[in-house]
Amino acid sequence: MGFEQYHEPAGELSAETRTFARMCANLTEEAEAIGWYEQRISLERDPAARAIMLDSLAEEYKHFSMELEFLFRAKPLWREIAKGILFQDGDIVANGEASESAAGGAGGSGPGEGPPAGPGISPGTSLGIGSLKEQKQ
Amino acid sequence: MTANHLLRELAPISDAGWRLLDEEARQRLSVALGARKLVDFSGPHGWEYSATNLGRTEQLPLNGGLVVAQRRVLPLVEVRAEFAVSRRELEAYDRGATYTDLDDMDAAALRIASAENVAVLHGWEEAGIRGVTQASPHEPVPRVEAFVDYPKRVAKAVTVLLQAGIGEPFGLALGPGHYNAVMESAERGGYLLSEHLQRILHGPIVWAPGVRGAIVMSLRGGDFLFESGQDLSIGYSRHDADSVHLYLEQSFSFQVATPEAAIHLRGSGEQ
Repeated sequence: MGFEQYHEPAGELSAETRTFARMCANLTEEAEAIGWYEQRISLERDPAARAIMLDSLAEEYKHFSMELEFLFRAKPLWREIAKGILFQDGDIVANGEASESAAGGAGGSGPGEGPPAGPGISPGTSLGIGSLKEQKQ
Repeated sequence: MTANHLLRELAPISDAGWRLLDEEARQRLSVALGARKLVDFSGPHGWEYSATNLGRTEQLPLNGGLVVAQRRVLPLVEVRAEFAVSRRELEAYDRGATYTDLDDMDAAALRIASAENVAVLHGWEEAGIRGVTQASPHEPVPRVEAFVDYPKRVAKAVTVLLQAGIGEPFGLALGPGHYNAVMESAERGGYLLSEHLQRILHGPIVWAPGVRGAIVMSLRGGDFLFESGQDLSIGYSRHDADSVHLYLEQSFSFQVATPEAAIHLRGSGEQ
């Protein structure tokens, strides 16, 4: 069994960082599975086999989304930038640039970027409140 | 060098102190931003973002055989609530104190959240914002004396919206007075009034300081749009030997796309 998700010596990483790395690896695997199912379904002619794979694909969507939400909760700056991009109309790149700027993380070298350790938002960013509508529905 | 106009790096506040302030503000604001729990949110688009596109034009006088139209936009409004934090309190927190007096910041959070609630739900003429109750074409539901009759008022409001072709779910924004009364009240038979209301609405009841009376509004989406430039942030103003002077700040606009998707329930003292 490999431990490719660790880029640094695992023994030197905190439990929190190891969990984060595992969830990143999970996210990658779910994305790969989505891509593989997409290819298989596009070629499969058997209706029953297609139905099963479509069902499986929906599971991968769910797993990917849950893991992404876990990672967002772990990293407020990531969550804040994503809020300005996900489920937004318009140009994706423009939304991304605006969201990064609004979050104070432009260029990746500001105080809002870097290795975030604590539970709060780093200096230079907004409070990351955004939409509250979904919390009540 | 500073990251942006908030100038947070210039404040004599430790990283741990900033985390404390951000988390406290986030918690206070998330509770009080009632309107934001009921409307669509777009952004944040950044501090540089100045206006919302309305998609409309205004004809200008003909000029040299040309047809001239000017784009109409809704400028974002900047709102700031200033507060001070004691340097002794921040130093105590850094030493491990379990209680930190942030009352002034809490009051500022309530002020700026109330301003947002009022702008969205009742409008802000000077800022060019037409609020939900201003835009609604429905006759407001009159107030009644007995609070146990509240479900009848809400049911009537929901019926008006359904008859206008507005679909469920619905949310109910309540000012503090109405919210307390609803949450504390039990109807005949012991049912909680709040549970009865949620069954009628199929949606949430939210506390919205600043709101007059109550508002029933559709949550189906696409009816009410809050556009955020810079979302709520804490910035640094100045400091002296005793205090650090900070502020909560945001920029936003608000539009009603479907005026008939909400109805006002009058509160006491309203005509």
